[in-house]
Amino acid sequence: MKLKGTEIFLKALEEEKVDIIFGYPGGAVLDLYDQLYQSNLRHILVRHEQGAVHAADGYARATGKVGVCLVTSGPGATNTVTGIATANMDSIPLVVFTGQVPTGLIGNDAFQECDITGITRPCTKHNFLVRNIEELASTIKEAFHIARSGRPGPVLVDLPKNVMAAQYDYDPANVKIRNQEAIYKPAPKKMANVLDMLNAAKKPLIMTGGGVILGKASDELTLLARKYEIPVTGTLMGLGSFPGTDPLWLGMLGMHGTYYANMAVSHCDFMLAVGVRFDDRVTGSIETFASNAKIVHIDIDPSSINKNVTIDLPIIGDTKATLKDILRFLEEHHYTQDAGSRAEWLRELAEWREKVPLSYCQNGEVIKPQYVIEKLQKLTKGDVLITTDVGQHQMWTAQFFNFDRPNTFVSSGGLGTMGFGLPAAIGVKCAFPDRQVVAIAGDGSIQMNIQELATAAQYNIAVKVVLLNNEFLGMPRQWQEMFYNKRYSHTDMTYAPDFVKLAEAFGVIGLRATKPAEVETVLEQGLAADKPVLMDFRISREECVYPMVHPGGSITQMTLGSREMIN
Amino acid sequence: MEKKDHIISILVHNKPDVLARVAGTLGGKGYNIDSLCVNTTTQNDISKIVMTTSGSQSTITRIENQLQRLVDVISVDDLTNVESIHREMVLVRLNLTAENSEAVKNAVDMNKWKVIVSGDTYVIIEITGDKRQVDFSLARLEPLGITDITRTGLVALTLED
Ligand SMILES: Cc1ncc(C[n+]2csc(CCOP(=O)(O)OP(=O)(O)O)c2C)c(N)n1
Ligand SMILES: [Mg+2]
Repeated sequence: MKLKGTEIFLKALEEEKVDIIFGYPGGAVLDLYDQLYQSNLRHILVRHEQGAVHAADGYARATGKVGVCLVTSGPGATNTVTGIATANMDSIPLVVFTGQVPTGLIGNDAFQECDITGITRPCTKHNFLVRNIEELASTIKEAFHIARSGRPGPVLVDLPKNVMAAQYDYDPANVKIRNQEAIYKPAPKKMANVLDMLNAAKKPLIMTGGGVILGKASDELTLLARKYEIPVTGTLMGLGSFPGTDPLWLGMLGMHGTYYANMAVSHCDFMLAVGVRFDDRVTGSIETFASNAKIVHIDIDPSSINKNVTIDLPIIGDTKATLKDILRFLEEHHYTQDAGSRAEWLRELAEWREKVPLSYCQNGEVIKPQYVIEKLQKLTKGDVLITTDVGQHQMWTAQFFNFDRPNTFVSSGGLGTMGFGLPAAIGVKCAFPDRQVVAIAGDGSIQMNIQELATAAQYNIAVKVVLLNNEFLGMPRQWQEMFYNKRYSHTDMTYAPDFVKLAEAFGVIGLRATKPAEVETVLEQGLAADKPVLMDFRISREECVYPMVHPGGSITQMTLGSREMIN
Repeated sequence: MEKKDHIISILVHNKPDVLARVAGTLGGKGYNIDSLCVNTTTQNDISKIVMTTSGSQSTITRIENQLQRLVDVISVDDLTNVESIHREMVLVRLNLTAENSEAVKNAVDMNKWKVIVSGDTYVIIEITGDKRQVDFSLARLEPLGITDITRTGLVALTLED
């Protein structure tokens, strides 16, 4: 049966079981939008293409499925770049469709032409320019396959206008793609090495990362840790991959990691690092990172191995399959931990935890951000999906909210993209309309994609924005306080809109808390609403995130904060 | 760690932009490409890229891994430590003058260089060999008055599969 390109497009999405796309129209995709007009596919009209990509990204992070966007050529396409780079750094599966000028005009500097495949080559897993209608269906299928397989990532598909208007036979049964992703099988002899190393270890530690969540390996990781009493720390991207309320959980490591997690890393003699890439924010100075430990590194991507940290035993493989193999092998070989040395190690960790717990002081009449986060956890009983922007509020969320389940913490880790939180929350809420979805935002970050309040209002996507408003670009301000003699060069954000009025102008409920006593009421009210809400929490302006590892220093060299915090 | 020249042979699907992807991957991550040769293989849809670069073994491993991540890359092999032959070619144009033409003629005869064309005022010589041989010949040609050269990248082939 002959179909138009635009029809093939929709059929191909149907084949991939796409149930929602985030997009924004324009000249080059008007044919596609005309096709959408008569289709049942759910389309969310965002207010900026960056918002579309972050929304699709949030959807993907919360569901584990591929997020999908559709935008026009030229400026529509370039507006997606930050979103694509964000997804790329965190290995999030997306397919981004961009319109393109007709193939005959490509290269002519035609109106709204831009070489988006060239621009996004370094920040996509792969990209395609569909040059003719014959390739359309197979390219779309391949794009989804590439996005979700192996180490996932964003794929961009550029669709010239004339290709979408052309006609071609379409039969899903005939759409073939090349299979490019090799299936890695963990080598059996490596399991024996893991056992030997565990047997030799007195102070084992598990470090869990985003690859555990992407690989859906949380259950296996949790079982391994609990069964053999191995304490667990994690990266920002790994939060939720091991229960944050479990006594074995040490919290996040790295620059704003807990004192005890960083001490554990420096003192452990065996580290099982799963689905991590040893980012510099995590390791501090490489020379001193886990320098007493034999390190086993499990990752699906060979290029992650030995990239930053030298690994004793690399295991290239799917995190779930590999952890399963390890569990089976340890069981078969009757591995049991030495109770004495394990108790000793756990006691050492408990002492560090007691010496410098995560803490803050909610006294006086000024709201502390950590207090808001703890109250949020209490009121939701932790049953909430959380997104964040980037900055201090993101770190406080990582520190003070205990994420018990994978895919419940959605945050831009690798690229650190301000303005991610609100649109990502919209994507998450679209995937889980019946669950509570909260964007923990900064006053600087929220202004980068505040226009998406209109999207939330239009579709009544009831996301709840918890704005931790310190009237500062707080994170750079903290660096200026610590390393630049408090010279607050261009980080003061006192000039800002009245966020409550702004929310209301968008058709979103606006609430405000200025005193600690109001925090709970505002949260209760905001969480109870079945409409989108923005809650403006006026917090202590110069609160810092502690502990803090000095950039480039060893992760045991931490500024711990004021005396009252260490007590 | 010791820095060494490496010859990397890369098989790729002959897809649009594949060369840009390979080159961009290296450039974007801060690695240098010293020479590059690309052409199709006996299979039309597969191309071979032979590239020389330099770095420590760990740098080279990193380059190989980064390239392996590319969807259109089929295989990446470092030929430096396997038995393989290497060739490159250079075309050299010399100015012929009353003073040098005798010396040029003698040098060509003595070194068995291949003259491709010659005119009243110029001669173009082809030199083929491995890098050392080519460098050696160029050093001998230098004093004779080179006006221009074009040098291919290195190509390489393993002795066995
Ligand atoms: C798009 C973008 N621009 C700049 C930065 C650098 N940056 C990191 S955190 C931050 C301040 C964030 O301020 P805010 O959202 O108010 O969060 P806070 O740190 O105050 O909690 C800035 C400017 C960034 N991460 N992203
Ligand atoms: Mg702020």
